[in-house]
Amino acid sequence: MKFGTEIVLLSLFAFAALVAAGFGVDEPFRQHMCVLFFAVAGFTAILLRNTDFKPAVPIDRAAYMDGPIRFGAVATVIWGVVGMLVGVVIALQLAYPDLNIEPWFNFGRLRPLHTSGVVFAFGGNALLCTSLYVVQRTCRARLFGGNLAWFVFWGYQLFIVMAATGYLLGITESREYAEPEWYVDLWLTIVWVAYLLLFLGTILKRKEPHIYVANWFYLSFIVTIAMLHVVNNLSMPVSLLGSKSYSAFSGVQDALTQWWYGHNAVGFFLTAGFLGMMYYFVPKQANRPVYSYRLSIIHFWALIFLYIWAGPHHLHYTALPDWAQTLGMVFSIMLWMPSWGGMINGVMTLSGAWDKLRTDPIIRMMVMAIAFYGMSTFEGPMMAIKTVNSLSHYTDWTIGHVHSGALGWVGMISFGAIYFMVPKLWNRERLYSLRLVNWHFWLATLGIVVYAAVMWVSGVMQGLMWREYDEQGFLVYSFAETVAAMHPYYIMRAIGGAMYLSGALIMAWNIAMTIFGYQREEDPMPGSIPALQRARSGAGKWA
Amino acid sequence: MGLIDKHAVIEKNATLLLVGSLLVVTVGGIVEIAPLFYLDNTIEKVEGMRPYSPLELAGRNIYVREGCYLCHSQMIRPFRDEVERYGHYSLAAESMYDHPFQWGSKRTGPDLARVGDRYSNEWHVQHLSAPRSVVPESIMPSYAFLKDRPIEVKDFSTHLIANRRVGVPYSDDMIANANVDLMAQANPNVDTSGLEARYPKAKLGDFDGNPQQVTEMDALVAYLQMLGALVDFKNYDEAAGYR
Amino acid sequence: MDYNLMREFADSWGLLAMALFFVGCVAFALRPVGRGQADEAARIPLKDD
Repeated sequence: MKFGTEIVLLSLFAFAALVAAGFGVDEPFRQHMCVLFFAVAGFTAILLRNTDFKPAVPIDRAAYMDGPIRFGAVATVIWGVVGMLVGVVIALQLAYPDLNIEPWFNFGRLRPLHTSGVVFAFGGNALLCTSLYVVQRTCRARLFGGNLAWFVFWGYQLFIVMAATGYLLGITESREYAEPEWYVDLWLTIVWVAYLLLFLGTILKRKEPHIYVANWFYLSFIVTIAMLHVVNNLSMPVSLLGSKSYSAFSGVQDALTQWWYGHNAVGFFLTAGFLGMMYYFVPKQANRPVYSYRLSIIHFWALIFLYIWAGPHHLHYTALPDWAQTLGMVFSIMLWMPSWGGMINGVMTLSGAWDKLRTDPIIRMMVMAIAFYGMSTFEGPMMAIKTVNSLSHYTDWTIGHVHSGALGWVGMISFGAIYFMVPKLWNRERLYSLRLVNWHFWLATLGIVVYAAVMWVSGVMQGLMWREYDEQGFLVYSFAETVAAMHPYYIMRAIGGAMYLSGALIMAWNIAMTIFGYQREEDPMPGSIPALQRARSGAGKWA
Repeated sequence: MGLIDKHAVIEKNATLLLVGSLLVVTVGGIVEIAPLFYLDNTIEKVEGMRPYSPLELAGRNIYVREGCYLCHSQMIRPFRDEVERYGHYSLAAESMYDHPFQWGSKRTGPDLARVGDRYSNEWHVQHLSAPRSVVPESIMPSYAFLKDRPIEVKDFSTHLIANRRVGVPYSDDMIANANVDLMAQANPNVDTSGLEARYPKAKLGDFDGNPQQVTEMDALVAYLQMLGALVDFKNYDEAAGYR
Repeated sequence: MDYNLMREFADSWGLLAMALFFVGCVAFALRPVGRGQADEAARIPLKDD
């Protein structure tokens, strides 16, 4: 019977959730378990409706397993739109505080929804599906472990749903980018170990003797995130049937553990993982090998060795001991070098084919991503210098920096990978429309530029206003006055974000139409030489 | 050539690559984080620090639940403007019982490390219920619903026990009286001598203007009113605390 | 073990060891024998779809 074991196990899981919903010791936990029950029961119902008793169709063991990757690509697009939409909403809440709807949709509950939504739901699914795509094709082996990939995919979506609904219900550990409570963390640990097994197992059964460098980056991302997640989320639950837990560490130790986690979530989730993406999809789209394979090896070891030390730069001038702060600063500055090595390697892959920048909007997107990677990895070490940090810390400058990395680097390289993968995964000759990709590119780029520039100005202004003295030696501005001064910038930042979101919506449309098998009739991109000239008078002007 | 050719082995062996990268990423964490747990001078000795009273802890949990840390820091840096604006710079000892720490990373609103005793209870309640009625420039969301929610207590001692398991020195006496203390702190009509002995400097009385009920508003204001107010800086020795 | 001792180690032998480690990594990656292997490895993604 198809899905037989799955249906039985899921039914038991749903029943357990229902019991927990009944016996939970606090109200949010009971509500959260109801959510879990409906999610799991709904999923079971879908399986029940799709089951049948025919003998199973034999699986072609030589073919790649692309089902979970297709789902992952769609999930990436959907979560991306959702996460960015929440981002625009909270940006508007800062400009117009009456948009807060207490208690569920207050800024404090929506903001983790935005960060987790874009980092873990959008970014996580992008990493999940591209890593499984890349590892099969560079190892020339089918994914290891049969249905393990399906478990990893759906298990990860369940984690996202539980984390997101938890935030709205007020279930949070309030550790930035690690907000989910203990039981959701445990679930993620199980899923993540399965992911590690899946990835490593596939590498172990490869037919290609060499392990391609993209897989190194993916592997180090998976294993480091496992370590960070487990250590940073050590906590003591109040009750096994309650949502609340107290973290294992306190004060200074807790702060350093959290930012060791927080910074390396950036370093390994948002950098190493996406570099793996870069090292596969840029050569593929450009159809030429990476500029220097040996530089990529240096890039790998230098990056993972240096990144792990840089966390304390989030705690400059705090109660953290000075030696730890200095160490964090020095390593952050050193990190500039391997980052730029990687950037050069990515961009120079195009050497000899620069014309593609003009003709191929997907390549343009990837190169813009690498350019933003270079920019953010210059800005980051600069902000890690203690004197600069004394001005930038606690201000919008930090938020601007994060977004130039997240929107520019992580977003753009993921979009590029999705545009590359989707036609191949669904056996389409090409995307629905390249011109829409071009629109997406420009909306996204302009959106980032508006967003980052506005946040630089507002951040620096905020920092300077806080520390401004008059001739008599009094502080010039009250805090409330500095808040009022931010208002125009908050509006402009929301506009920048909305532009980026509209680009993502265009992508969603483009991807959906590609999957449904449509091809938009359009003139080829300017500068490209079309393989077939359509017999239309307008075609000439693009030739 | 012999040694460096060995890297080819790593390149072709997934397990070795895994172990190698894991080792490399562990080094930094061990060198930076581990010393904080055994170096004596990480946390200076300061008089006045004590574990949170049950009501303060309940209030802190609301602070955590609502994500206040996303806009308010609790970490005053040792700069002239910050010290003038917010008070003495924060000491490591002042967050020694904070599971989790709430230093924050962003000041959309002002720092709260020493907000205790700065405003009246009435101001806090009004400000939390309708922020722009007291600070017109404020962009803070409203938290009026806290006034209508009674503190959900089944057995608050479980919270103290969980804290004790991670190192907060709650005594058996404190744990036995957890529920009583939780209610007594916000009730002006009961004997609070035991509470005051267990938690010196605890703020007492009705906080939210509704003496009939202990609400989440009571708890949150009780927490805000003790923030940064435990350490008496008249007796603090700067030189001894320098690290 | 106190902080000063650790710092002395960190800015002498510790620094030297890390610098040597890094030089070793670079030397390995740039060793002349590796060029052929590296070029071959770089073509892996283009081989197959």
